[in-house]
Amino acid sequence: MDLLNGPWQRELARLPWTVVVLVCAIAGFGLVVLYSAAGGSLEPWALKQGVRFAVFLLGALALALVPPERWLALAWPIYLTLLIALVGVELVGAVRGGSQRWLDLGFMQFQPSEMMKLAIVLVLARYYQYVPKGYESRAQVLIPALALIAIPVGLVMLQPDLGTALSIMFGGVVVLFLAGVRLWLFGTAAAAVGALLPIAWTMLHEYQRKRVLIFLDPESDPRGAGYHITQSKIAIGSGGLTGKGFLNGTQSHLDYLPELHTDFAFATMAEEWGLVGGLFVIVMYGLVLVWGLRTAVNARTQFQRLLALGLMATLFFYLAINMMMVMGLAPVVGIPLPLISWGGSAMMTVMILLGLVMGIARANRPRLD
Amino acid sequence: MDDPVRRMAFTRRALLLGAGMATTGGLLAGRMAWLAVFQGENYQLKAQENRVQNRLIPPRRGWIVDRHGKPIAMNRPDYRLELRPAEIEDLDATLIAVRGVINLDLAEEARIRDDVATQPSFMPVVVRQNLSWAEFSACNVRLTTLPGVTPVQSFSRFYPEGEHFAHVVGYVGAPTPEQYKAEKNPLLIYPGFRIGKDGIERFADKRLRGTAGASRVEVTARGELVRELGTRADAPGETLKLTIDRDLQDYAARRLGDNSASVIVIDCVTGDVLCMVSMPAYDPNIFSRRVPAKLWNSLQEDDHTPLLNKSAMGLYPPGSTFKMVTTLAALEAGVDPGESVGCSGAYRLGSNTWHCHARRGHGGVNMHRALPLSCDTYFYAMGRRVGIDAIARMARRLGLGQEYDLPLPGQAGGIVPDKAWKMRRYGPDTRKGGWREGETLNASIGQGYIVTNPLQLAVMTARLASGRAVEPRLFADESKRPPEFPSLGIPETHLALVRQGMIDVVNARYGTAPAARSAIPDVMIAGKTGTAQVRRISMAERRRGVIRNEALPWKQRDHALFVAFAPTDAPRYACSVIVEHGIAGGRYAAPIARDVLGFLFEPGRALAVLPPIEAEAARRRAERQAAETAASIAVERREMMPSWLRIDIRPPQFEIADPDAPQPPREPE
Repeated sequence: MDLLNGPWQRELARLPWTVVVLVCAIAGFGLVVLYSAAGGSLEPWALKQGVRFAVFLLGALALALVPPERWLALAWPIYLTLLIALVGVELVGAVRGGSQRWLDLGFMQFQPSEMMKLAIVLVLARYYQYVPKGYESRAQVLIPALALIAIPVGLVMLQPDLGTALSIMFGGVVVLFLAGVRLWLFGTAAAAVGALLPIAWTMLHEYQRKRVLIFLDPESDPRGAGYHITQSKIAIGSGGLTGKGFLNGTQSHLDYLPELHTDFAFATMAEEWGLVGGLFVIVMYGLVLVWGLRTAVNARTQFQRLLALGLMATLFFYLAINMMMVMGLAPVVGIPLPLISWGGSAMMTVMILLGLVMGIARANRPRLD
Repeated sequence: MDDPVRRMAFTRRALLLGAGMATTGGLLAGRMAWLAVFQGENYQLKAQENRVQNRLIPPRRGWIVDRHGKPIAMNRPDYRLELRPAEIEDLDATLIAVRGVINLDLAEEARIRDDVATQPSFMPVVVRQNLSWAEFSACNVRLTTLPGVTPVQSFSRFYPEGEHFAHVVGYVGAPTPEQYKAEKNPLLIYPGFRIGKDGIERFADKRLRGTAGASRVEVTARGELVRELGTRADAPGETLKLTIDRDLQDYAARRLGDNSASVIVIDCVTGDVLCMVSMPAYDPNIFSRRVPAKLWNSLQEDDHTPLLNKSAMGLYPPGSTFKMVTTLAALEAGVDPGESVGCSGAYRLGSNTWHCHARRGHGGVNMHRALPLSCDTYFYAMGRRVGIDAIARMARRLGLGQEYDLPLPGQAGGIVPDKAWKMRRYGPDTRKGGWREGETLNASIGQGYIVTNPLQLAVMTARLASGRAVEPRLFADESKRPPEFPSLGIPETHLALVRQGMIDVVNARYGTAPAARSAIPDVMIAGKTGTAQVRRISMAERRRGVIRNEALPWKQRDHALFVAFAPTDAPRYACSVIVEHGIAGGRYAAPIARDVLGFLFEPGRALAVLPPIEAEAARRRAERQAAETAASIAVERREMMPSWLRIDIRPPQFEIADPDAPQPPREPE
């Protein structure tokens, strides 16, 4: 147990504190947004979110002290456990009837699909760690890798949770891409997806189809299902360059904006802080991503590289989809904006993710002593 | 174990991915800039539209006042309880809570549920109108916590004199969906907003309505008011001043008792309509809310036609009041006033006999005596001599057979028949053929095809009295000077002869209307009686002896008419009175005219005659009420009877006299 015995104070000093500061700045700004969304009150969101962030930050720092080799060893057990949990969720759901995403562990509600977003990156990084150079695109290598992605994606699609399934798939595909699978394979896959889109369309649930249709033309139903996107665009657009000012948002405070504290928190923020606030969030996250990229490129093993950048891509997926959604560039899928939206499970995922990448960064930091 | 080649490959791919992320980030930033900066104004406008709602402030309706400024129609505060279906979760619980504060009967509750179910949910439903102050404050105190229920203060229309003005002023009511579709004015769907439905309220609705104000309020997505941003005050409607004299109208309405009658008084000089009463009438205060179905049915079934404005819409044969027209037509045709016509009580034309009302005849009658005696034979002879077209021309000059420019919807034009009219009406060669001489005889005493409304008779009298083409008016325009009417073009000597005849009708020993003789010493009244028959008297009945009017059912009695003007030396007021089925003009209509005209000169003396009349009217009204109740009970009993037990007793059907038939003798007027 080198964690307890080792010189962990020294290891602590090797943590990338700049990123910790960046993350704290983003989360702090998120608390300000939640404070305003509650009408200028710490209750019911800002205070709880703050405490939660503090706890998760400590957890992330603790995870960062775990050597990456430990994750290499644990990759398969974690992946398999989550797969079993996903099946368990399905079974419980089948027994209770209706859609089921949670597993009640008594002390907390556990959402295995959320953790699977990380585990898929972990297990594929582990898988490609031992694939020799030049073999990445071979069928006997590629097919098991695709199966590793397809099984959880399929299980999550059954829940049904399109957003999370896409997120898992994105994480997996990015690792394949980074591992060096040939580019024409991605091109072919994209073409195949395009060809299969009509078939997939028929398999979507009614509400999912409606979301896509409304994304394509939100003005068609501004009072009904297109309401979310229309109101969100109004909130962002009416913020202008510098926003309406802290606590002065009308779209959010007069309840025109739905889900103002969760999925549409970015719109709540943009209304009051304007383009400046939006760029601030984008740039801060951009810096975190740049740091992640650098960490990955500088990492010593293929596993660490794939893990670090794969996780960063998963974070990127959260950000991009959420922002595209609130700006009317993507259909409404229930993906929150990490660290800003109210909600524990997304924050937990992102903090674990950051903890893992920070751990890699720490492990690869040149020793100064 | 770290392979530099592999590392290089990874770095390439990582940079590729990084570039993709950067592109996406740039795209997002660009999109946001597009929304916030380039489209910003557009979206700011939309946010504003979301947030700010313009709420209407309905304008207060203009008053209607009489010539002296006394209110005829006004607004008074009205407290009501409203319910907004959109904000109510549990209607049953809400109604129970409301019932704890005000009493709701079953019918009201059913109506509320019906309205909630049928109206769009954002439209408030009126729970109860006309709350008393006590109820209103109770609602304010005890129902404020109930969501979706709000006590509202507004204004409702009030007619202080009630039914006396119902037919002139009309009433107000909720606009119909068709009216809203036609006008697209959001005021029309404002809850509680009323527009004119009849009479002047309808005619002058645009002037009375005023313009709505607006208040800009900030609302939440659920429509809850956050704060008021600003208001533009409403502009109340114009106050309309009528030429009507409220006291005179009241007096006339009371003087009519329970008769089905109409009284009109016109100023001969200015054309001002001082009084225009049609009784019985309905209460516009009730009509301006919801009319209970039972009341509506009883009003519709009433044989005294309270829903009809008899003054302008009722059509009656003018009877002997038309004889002035025949006289003037004869004078214009050059008939010598001194020429005498022998009256034996009957006038023969072809194989038919036309009777005079005096069975034994009047003997020799010249023009001076013809009007006071109302000798039918004289007018048969004169009418036959001058022809129908000359009579019709004179009638039109005196204002008959036409509608006036008055703010009254649905004036009846009446008919002044002539040869061209009959051609138009019946075609050139039907069984009826062309104009027949017998029809001229009927027309010359105001029977047959000819029908007029009481307003036309009043105008005719005003024109006779003034010699000018008087046009009636109802709006008193202070800005305009009283109009100078052009002369009728009838020689003053002719008019003087007719006026003297009318003076003699009332004041001569042999006149038909001694009952109209003025009680005021220095004001003399001139007039002319008329008794218009509504049934045909058969030859068999004539042989047996004509049944006296009093013995007939009400519906078959003759109409009593009287036209008058006063004072005789300088005519100022013209009046027409019609008592439906009033038996005889001289006996029943003339005293009403006398009293109404008397009121203009000495109100005290005129008011003194009211108590016995009102007592009698109240007694008869009570009798009718009792009879109606008994009848409705009988109907209910009959409905409960098995069908084979029912005996259908139908009221007898009476044929209406053929206008072509000769006029039977009537009772002396």
